[in-house]
Amino acid sequence: MLSKIVRTTANQLIVFILIFGLYVIAHGQLTPGGGFQGGAVIVSGVVMLLVAFNAKELKKSLRESGLSIMESTGALIFAALAFAGIATTFFYNVLVGTPIFGHVPPTGANPGDVWTGGVVPLMNWAVGIKVVAGLSAVVLAMALFSSGEEMEE
Amino acid sequence: MASLLAQAPILIIAIPLVAAFLTPLIGMRGDKARKALVVGSLAFTAFLVFALARDISITGIRVYTLGATAPGLTEPTGFMFPVRIILEVDGMSIFFGIIWAIVSLAAAIYSFSHIASETGQIRFFTLLLLMVAGGFGMMLTGDLFNLFVFLEIASIAGGALIGFRNRFGDTQEGAFKYIVVSAVAGLMVLLGTGILYAQYNSLNMAFLAQAIQYTTLDKIALALFLIAFAMKTGMVPLHLWFPDAYSVAPASITGMLVITSHACMYAAFRVCFTLYGGVIDGLVVGWIIIILGLLTMFVGVTMAVYQKDVMRFMSYHAISQLGYMWVGVGVGLAVLGTPALLAYGRDAMTGGIFHILNHAMYKPLLFFTGGALFYYTGTRDLAKMGGLAHKMKWTTVLYIIGTLSISGIPPLNGFSSKILIYESVFRFNPILTIVGIIVSILTLASFTKAFHSAFMGAELPEYKGGKEVPKSMIIGMVILAAGIVLITLFPSLIVSWALHPAADALIDHGAYINAVMGAVP
Repeated sequence: MLSKIVRTTANQLIVFILIFGLYVIAHGQLTPGGGFQGGAVIVSGVVMLLVAFNAKELKKSLRESGLSIMESTGALIFAALAFAGIATTFFYNVLVGTPIFGHVPPTGANPGDVWTGGVVPLMNWAVGIKVVAGLSAVVLAMALFSSGEEMEE
Repeated sequence: MASLLAQAPILIIAIPLVAAFLTPLIGMRGDKARKALVVGSLAFTAFLVFALARDISITGIRVYTLGATAPGLTEPTGFMFPVRIILEVDGMSIFFGIIWAIVSLAAAIYSFSHIASETGQIRFFTLLLLMVAGGFGMMLTGDLFNLFVFLEIASIAGGALIGFRNRFGDTQEGAFKYIVVSAVAGLMVLLGTGILYAQYNSLNMAFLAQAIQYTTLDKIALALFLIAFAMKTGMVPLHLWFPDAYSVAPASITGMLVITSHACMYAAFRVCFTLYGGVIDGLVVGWIIIILGLLTMFVGVTMAVYQKDVMRFMSYHAISQLGYMWVGVGVGLAVLGTPALLAYGRDAMTGGIFHILNHAMYKPLLFFTGGALFYYTGTRDLAKMGGLAHKMKWTTVLYIIGTLSISGIPPLNGFSSKILIYESVFRFNPILTIVGIIVSILTLASFTKAFHSAFMGAELPEYKGGKEVPKSMIIGMVILAAGIVLITLFPSLIVSWALHPAADALIDHGAYINAVMGAVP
């Protein structure tokens, strides 16, 4: 565990890292980034907490079974969105033209319309959930093993 | 049923994938729910594979465009080239799909008892299903980048499964070697794909096959593909990792790894015959494959003869048997486009592909019996075993079936495919047949030795108290043995139903292009 100054700063900073990560996920269809990149940004916040506090402390709030469920759920949401178009073809974009993320994107210089992309932004969220859970589990496991601890089975 | 069949190509990949991610959620409800999910999803996938195979034999090559307004709409309206990811299933793809469906089902059932005493079973079955999805993806896809992605999925899942029993040190070593080899092979495939993409602006195999020029860059890409896939199949001289990885994995996974190496072999054939089908210098590439195939046969079997570790011994035989397939199909490639193709080239290819089918049945069966020996005795050392036939009656019988089949003893299926290779290859070059027969004799000799040291003789005192292995392991082995018996009884039917369509699909690369690009004006 690092000093009180580091811990307090980390506690404040995690909010901003979370906001930036969620922004990158939410604007995946408009700007560079997306589910994986945004998820990785959020996990970098988890790594910061791992350094500021220690793995044992973090294990209390990040449980392996919870992360495993979260990861599977993300993957299943992604697959479900792909299956949503199965009446036409797999991965068919069913939401195009509907009020939910169904706008036609404007051309030329514009501030960007979040309500575009159909199922793509939703898939970004699904991937984001999966990456946050999966990468957190990986870094947590590595930190625990290197400090001689075990993850629960 | 009709709409299910229309979506079958993607469902075959998607169902194991979804089941893999459902396993951690459903697995918490207990053993029975997890087993039902694994077997149910794999059995349904197998059903879809057989239904699709029947459909393809009637209506020809099937394309499936992901995300399009209709599965058959390969080129978006107003475009002259394919944009989306396309799955393309022809006789060759579905032939490998059938093998993979049968072996993965048998391996999953076998695993239930084989790893019953291990921890982390939920992860085991998640990875197993991911590996199944990766294998099917490699076989059914018509997109080069997709091929790379599925190759990586199958490799990473396979690597993690090899190291699954992490209380042993050697499993970690084997898994590490497998992951390194897979990563290198994967990157070589990616580099080759990049070279082609940079020149022709497409990743679709049918489009590339039509546009390819056989420039120097294309030749480099071909070499990268072939070396990568040969490395993954354990072709000599790139076989050194192979026994280390195969001998330490749980036996069910070893059986599946055999088929993933066949999937890489499928990818190599696809690249040679379809992607480069119109332009390849068949004689040169064919001879390279034949010579390396002969080396693979010979080195594999001579290394196997003196092995004491039962799984290692069988791994070297797997290498040796893969050589037969390379030689058979290599001869077909060497005479591609010449009159000799019809005279004996097609038969040589049919023999090579037939040997893939046979090998996919008897090699996992032999690995499963090796796993049963390990389960019973707790050791893989043949010198420490003996007299096991007294207690393991089922395993003994199944081992005998596998042994006779791999050695090519008539009338078993191994004989049918070997005689097909010998007769056709003899007309190409008699030396190939002579080497093949010598290797076959050495195979029989070494398997007889292994049989004698493991099963024959008086009962050893330390193995007196044991019982035959559990039912689910026997069911897994019996599924594969039943496959062997079926092929043994009806070899000519198998040849005309499954093998000739598969060989013709490789030869006729024009049909593969037309299915995506439309008839060339």
